[in-house]
Amino acid sequence: MSVDAQTVRRIAHLARIAVSEADVAPLQGELNAILAFVEQLGAVDVANVEPMTSVTPMAMKKRADVITDGDRAQEVVANAPETEDHYFIVPKVVE
Amino acid sequence: MTELNELTLAEARDGLRAKDFSARELAQAHIAALEKARALNAYLLETPDRALAMAEVSDAKIAKGEGRPLEGLPLGIKDLFCTHGVVTTAGSKILEGFEPHYESAVTHNLWRDGAVMLGKLNLDEFAMGSSNETSAYGNVISPWRRNGSDAPIVPGGSSGGSAAAVAAHLCLGATATDTGGSIRQPAAFTGTVGIKPTYGRCSRWGTVAFASSLDQAGPIARTVRDCAILLGSMAGPDARDTTCVDLPVPDFEAAVSRGVKGLTIGIPKEYRVDGMPAEIQRLWDQGAEWLRAAGAEIREISLPNTRYALPAYYIVAPAEASSNLARYDGVRYGLRVPGKDIVGMYENTRAAGFGREVKRRIMIGTYVLSAGYYDAYYVRAQKIRTLIKRDFEAVYAAGVDAILTPATPSSAFAIGEKASADPVEMYLNDVFTVTVNMAGLPGIAVPAGLDAQGLPLGLQLIGRPFDEETLFATAQAIEDAAGRMSLPRAWWA
Repeated sequence: MSVDAQTVRRIAHLARIAVSEADVAPLQGELNAILAFVEQLGAVDVANVEPMTSVTPMAMKKRADVITDGDRAQEVVANAPETEDHYFIVPKVVE
Repeated sequence: MTELNELTLAEARDGLRAKDFSARELAQAHIAALEKARALNAYLLETPDRALAMAEVSDAKIAKGEGRPLEGLPLGIKDLFCTHGVVTTAGSKILEGFEPHYESAVTHNLWRDGAVMLGKLNLDEFAMGSSNETSAYGNVISPWRRNGSDAPIVPGGSSGGSAAAVAAHLCLGATATDTGGSIRQPAAFTGTVGIKPTYGRCSRWGTVAFASSLDQAGPIARTVRDCAILLGSMAGPDARDTTCVDLPVPDFEAAVSRGVKGLTIGIPKEYRVDGMPAEIQRLWDQGAEWLRAAGAEIREISLPNTRYALPAYYIVAPAEASSNLARYDGVRYGLRVPGKDIVGMYENTRAAGFGREVKRRIMIGTYVLSAGYYDAYYVRAQKIRTLIKRDFEAVYAAGVDAILTPATPSSAFAIGEKASADPVEMYLNDVFTVTVNMAGLPGIAVPAGLDAQGLPLGLQLIGRPFDEETLFATAQAIEDAAGRMSLPRAWWA
């Protein structure tokens, strides 16, 4: 499978990465090189094979459903580009 | 006299305990060495004040007879580990200036045991790369050079800063991470030892995530013993990472001197890849011979799905990365670039903040997870992962204790030498290491010799799950037979 220029633009938008028109063609070439490389996986017989879901055979740890952390609003927002009263500020999304 | 920064970690530990020198002197020797080595660009951030303050605490502890396992030992930290109050960038512009308000589990464990932080080490952006050329903060230059040439050589990646700093004596050891070979490949390129432990041995909490089902932290150091000492402190249960196992940490250092008598070492025929340089083949044969001479049984084995590991990795790892890196959106931390609306802000921020390789992988990951392609790519790759793991399970069930392979398909290359338009050429560096991540197994790279150009070559040992001890014992047998790697003299100072 390979991707065309329109698909490159669609993927970029899905990935929320602005791509200039000049960058579409080189990206298309690079993505297709990777897709050509993974194409060989189509030759593997995977009938009746379960996909791996856990790297090591272990049950996922669970902890008691209790509060273990909190009261750190200032620390949580400390690295944000724009904040106000412990809220993250983003461009207006509702008219 | 040996400079203090040229001691091994074990020698420095023993010297501190015997009060031959102070932790402050040891820290100062390292601070002086790294100030003279800025041309290598191994450190993104030096923290000399913190190092000296930590060393003073160590000297007080030692004076009172309360020394901890790593008391006063200066280390470098890959800039993928979040460090409380110390800028953590992951080698990316998008995290420029990010100051975590928490400490990663692995570094917390090191400081708990008395280690001293020298600074943060350069890496490929978000650990995506095999040469340290994707860092937003410049290439790392290897302390190694080809015979008769001063062309700058890559240290490997993604833990290129860690490997270069260890090889150049700019720390006694360093933390690193390995998603497809990022500890073992740079260790092999720089004549150092690096171990990626079993998935789940070290907590991933507080380490910037790349591909969560593959990422694992481990040390790079100058000897097998030094790696064993460091891993003993880095590893351990952590309730905050649900994939971190609740197993006690074995005495890895004790395992180093176990020997290999009675062990069965597998030699996988599928690792004899087309175009492999003759000197790599010779080194591999030599490694098997060393282990046989030390008392191990050598057995040819088959891992039939080996060739599918790298392509399957380039589906699984980008898929997980595209999900993990969705958090860099210009809202909660890091860079923000305005746009005409919120989506425009996201798109402009990520376009400006991520480098080319990272964008490429996010886009591949987005594509293979998108509607209509998920089963054809992602689910198929995860099924192939099951097959790869079964290959290993079968040989271990047949009595093989560890597997010996080359660590890399070549020695280190020059900066810019693999900058072709085809990203796959760079990916092929990890052909021998990536199977280990796909199966969640432990793997260690240990120096074994030099190639005709005078650059180091390494061998890899792959172990059973949670049996790093056998890897340390076997790697020590190789280190004993090959002799300690003689590291380059400081042409940069």
